[in-house]
Amino acid sequence: MTRMIWILAVLLSHWRRHPMQLATLLIGLISATALWSGVQALNQQARSSYDRAAATFGGARTATLVGRNGASFPQQLFVDLRRAGWPVSPVVEGRVQVGGRSLRLLGIEPVTLPASVGNAPAIGKAGLQPFLTPPGETLVAPETLSDLDLPEGATPPASGGMALPPLRVQPQLVPGVLVVDIGIAQKLLDMPDRVSRLLIGNARTPRAALDRVVGDRLRLVGPEAESDLERLTDSFHLNLTAFGLLSFVVGLFIVNSAVGLAFEQRRPMLRTLRACGVSARLLNTVLLVELVSLALAAGAVGLVCGYLIAAALLPDVAASLRGLYGAQIPGELTLRPQWWLAGLAISIVGALAASTASLVKAARLPVLVAAQPHAWRQAQQRWLILQGALALAIFAAAGGLLWFGDSLVAGFAVLACLLLGAALALPAMLEVVLSWGQRTAHRALAVWFWADSRQQLSGLSLALMALLLALAVNVGVGTMVETFSRTFVGWLDGRLAADVYLNAADNAQAAEIKAWLQRRPEVEAILRGGRADSQIDGTPIEILGLADQATISGHWPLLQSTADSWDRLRAGNAGLASEQLARRLRLTVGDRIEIATASGNWPIEVVGIYADYGNPKGQLAVNIDALLRHFPDIPQTRLGLRVAAPAIPALMSALRDKFGLDDRNLLDQATLKAESTRIFNRTFAVTGALNAFTLGVAGVALLTSLLTLSHSRLPQLAPLWAIGITRRRLAAIELLKTMSVALITALLALPLGLSVAWCLIAVVNVKAFGWRLPFDVFPLQLLELLAVAMLAALSAALLPALKLARMQPATLIKIFADER
Amino acid sequence: MSGKPAISRRAFAATILALGLGRRAAWAQGFAGLGTAADGFAEVVPGRHFAFPADHGPHPDFRIEWWYVTANLVDAAGAAHGIQWTLFRQAMRSGPPQPGWANQQIWMGHAAVTRADTHRYGETFARGGVGEAGVEATPFHAWIDSWDMRGLDGMRDRFIAPLELKASGADFGYTLRLDADRPLVLQGVDGYSRKSQRGQASYYFSQPFFRATGSVTIDDKAVAVTGQAWMDREWSSQPLATDQIGWDWFSLHLTGGEKLMLFRLRQADGDDYCSGNWISPDGSSQQLLPAQVKMTPMAPTEVAGRKLPTAWRIEIPQRGLAVQSHALNAASWMGTSFPYWEGPIVFGGSHDGVGYLEMTGY
Repeated sequence: MTRMIWILAVLLSHWRRHPMQLATLLIGLISATALWSGVQALNQQARSSYDRAAATFGGARTATLVGRNGASFPQQLFVDLRRAGWPVSPVVEGRVQVGGRSLRLLGIEPVTLPASVGNAPAIGKAGLQPFLTPPGETLVAPETLSDLDLPEGATPPASGGMALPPLRVQPQLVPGVLVVDIGIAQKLLDMPDRVSRLLIGNARTPRAALDRVVGDRLRLVGPEAESDLERLTDSFHLNLTAFGLLSFVVGLFIVNSAVGLAFEQRRPMLRTLRACGVSARLLNTVLLVELVSLALAAGAVGLVCGYLIAAALLPDVAASLRGLYGAQIPGELTLRPQWWLAGLAISIVGALAASTASLVKAARLPVLVAAQPHAWRQAQQRWLILQGALALAIFAAAGGLLWFGDSLVAGFAVLACLLLGAALALPAMLEVVLSWGQRTAHRALAVWFWADSRQQLSGLSLALMALLLALAVNVGVGTMVETFSRTFVGWLDGRLAADVYLNAADNAQAAEIKAWLQRRPEVEAILRGGRADSQIDGTPIEILGLADQATISGHWPLLQSTADSWDRLRAGNAGLASEQLARRLRLTVGDRIEIATASGNWPIEVVGIYADYGNPKGQLAVNIDALLRHFPDIPQTRLGLRVAAPAIPALMSALRDKFGLDDRNLLDQATLKAESTRIFNRTFAVTGALNAFTLGVAGVALLTSLLTLSHSRLPQLAPLWAIGITRRRLAAIELLKTMSVALITALLALPLGLSVAWCLIAVVNVKAFGWRLPFDVFPLQLLELLAVAMLAALSAALLPALKLARMQPATLIKIFADER
Repeated sequence: MSGKPAISRRAFAATILALGLGRRAAWAQGFAGLGTAADGFAEVVPGRHFAFPADHGPHPDFRIEWWYVTANLVDAAGAAHGIQWTLFRQAMRSGPPQPGWANQQIWMGHAAVTRADTHRYGETFARGGVGEAGVEATPFHAWIDSWDMRGLDGMRDRFIAPLELKASGADFGYTLRLDADRPLVLQGVDGYSRKSQRGQASYYFSQPFFRATGSVTIDDKAVAVTGQAWMDREWSSQPLATDQIGWDWFSLHLTGGEKLMLFRLRQADGDDYCSGNWISPDGSSQQLLPAQVKMTPMAPTEVAGRKLPTAWRIEIPQRGLAVQSHALNAASWMGTSFPYWEGPIVFGGSHDGVGYLEMTGY
């Protein structure tokens, strides 16, 4: 034991003499752990809130019984089923307007609510009594409470005029939902003795056959393994995970080169120790202990950094998920103990993986053999051929996946193959370029320049791969975001047809406002709007009522349509499908669909398809009058106004004063557009930040590789110095060499990045969001990235070059004396 | 992840218990301080006149009430079985009964089947007012979900027989017919049963003379059974004294035809309250005062991580009774939201017989 400690002390003394190296090693481990666990924390946070949302909505995870046509059904069926042994619990659901906001009202029956529904809103111990006994309680998320601008205990009136039970905050609840007892919900929604659906518990009680109890009035909907939100947001999390993994791998490149350097430098020390009688086994054990302790220390710091990164990015992630999918994520980070353990484990595993090569070398270290001349060329050649073949195989796999794959995971697999294949092919491609350079060079120094670059390749290739990956992903994601951004802005222009948007508190106020507006000469048109929720084949969809006005038909962002689509819409039996809906249900113009309404099915012919970016739900646009005929109960509180531009501010302030509308309920087009764009930009802020992180880590990887090389390459440089090339010149040549391989890598990264972008736009986006964007290339953006890459390479190469330029001649002379 | 109590049956049961009630066991558990008859519930006073069939139905003026049946059965091969069927009612607040979901009543059902080698049980909850659970006096029908106790054609109100009794869980079930040739018996003093020295009491009557026939199913294997059954009906509004920590309750069928009900309310200070009734084969009943009953727990058995006295010595010198009782299955643990021990027992000594034992608060 004492012996082990002494050996450890000897080994550790190396780090005391080379603090910079220790720093690099730790930075590598820290950044790998930090980014990886940061991303994991974000994913974990989001996933747990989906679970919550899924549980609250009492949907996805739980098997349910629903009405045949999606409509509500008599409560007696619930009692009949319970009496027949079915462990069911009733839920009533609808929307209510509170303070001008439309909220989802959920009436639950806590006594029969199956425990398996999971973390349903916690009423908790002793909390059941106040929830069930008058006046009852309305459970709301803290976000909803602050949105409504009401204190806890308030009893605001809901749309029907009846007051809600006192509000009580329930932190676990998803925002935008009010939870009350079923009896209260039936009154609020005016659904006496009606039930929206029945949740089925897991209890394996003996039960009668469903059709014998309820006939064909109810339909069983099985539980889904994952919620809608989970499925929808999969792409986003895959995306985050991919970035995390990329950063992790790049971080390991740093660790690999730092450990490699330390091994190089400690070679004499190890030999001396072995010569003193330390067994190879003991030496290796101590090396392993050293590495694991370093990994633990760095892992701990990395976890703290990861936590900070996650906490810093969470608001943006939350904004993205809300903007893209309507998923509500609380802004506060909560982490499980498993997260910390997993972080430390990944740090250790990563460190071990990155050091395998060095550890194996140390294990096989011959005691008395002197340094051997490098047979690098043959070895490298073999490697290059092997790697090249592997890269080709992976490219072939990517092609196969692209051809046969039809899922989001396949899309990401194509991306992964593309990146991995390119990374593996990089050294071979660099070798081709460099040997071509060597062949075309004539002067001796130039030939040496190319030849030496080739020799350096094996040491630098890992760092260059990291650079290639980081750059390609940057190009790919940058192009995708830019494309999306431009398409989105153009689409927004078309979609926001009215000049002023308002949302009245209730139908009565809406009628009052409409009457008032009709007397105002500056109002050119009043566009009515409305929304209803329904289902097609059990999938929830949103039905949008459009006013029959040229303002809308002239601008609506149609992707496909029949010539007379707007006339057909007016007739009431035709509708426009959003791109997402069309893709999901495989609809084309001319197809017929049926929509479940309270009074039966409503057949509709699809006469057009339009872009509907950012909407997680499938949408169907129909004529507003037709919508009201089939859904007479929907609130008619949304109005759009066409107003002459100069009159807008005056009209808005008049509306505000007269009807007490606030900023949430009264918006002009410019504000709405600015708001949407702001949300959009926030959506991609995370991607941008992770992009920058990855590029930064790649830069550090390059720096550490160069530092490693600068030491082991002195024997190659010293002879050149000896034959008269000044240190300054040597340094300049070194710098130029690094810059040129970096440039070649960056140039290779551009086409790779564009393929990544294409893959994102044409495969991943379509699967993840249900829309396809046009593919554009932005040369200016590419140039900018190229410059950034070169800057990163320059800053990485500068330090080793400066060191060389200022190196003591004595050091260089010593090379000839030292035996390496 | 700390403290996220979901709406679960456990939490629900905890709520019921916090109100001081639940099953008779919970009642004995001593969750007091939540008010007495003063908060609008009717009070239990001596000298009540019982009227049937009305008193077979619920008494919503009172806070708690139960319909409780246990049976000691044997199959054709002579193997002993026990069954339990229980329906509890509890009012969340006093006042005239409200219709629909606004109804104040919460119902809880427990059912179990016990054999020497296995013990199966189930539990369910329901709210009153919508028809999921309830009790009607005429025609007599008590139910919760798919569990029923129903008066059959020709049911005599004073006998509360014949009845059909049904319950099933994930891995057990039973259907029994209960007949009786003697009327039900008022417990305590004319149905007024004291539960402590300080005046806590309940209205309490029983039908200990049921003969049972039917079938018991365990793991989809049904066997025909016959035997004796006992029904307890009890209601009250007052929780027990704060220092009463648990309850041991016996219902015994003596081979000579006598029936014996005994209970011991354990107090924190060790000054336990024992009482009971001696019911002669002709149906006449005599109350046993605390001084006349001696109930001694024997060596404890470890069940569900607790030490429980599944064997007892019972002495009533005045009646010349000195018996020792043993559980048919010492693991008759009801792992319900509020857990307790309840199962069939066998006794011997000066008298022989079978019965049921319930133990809470261990």
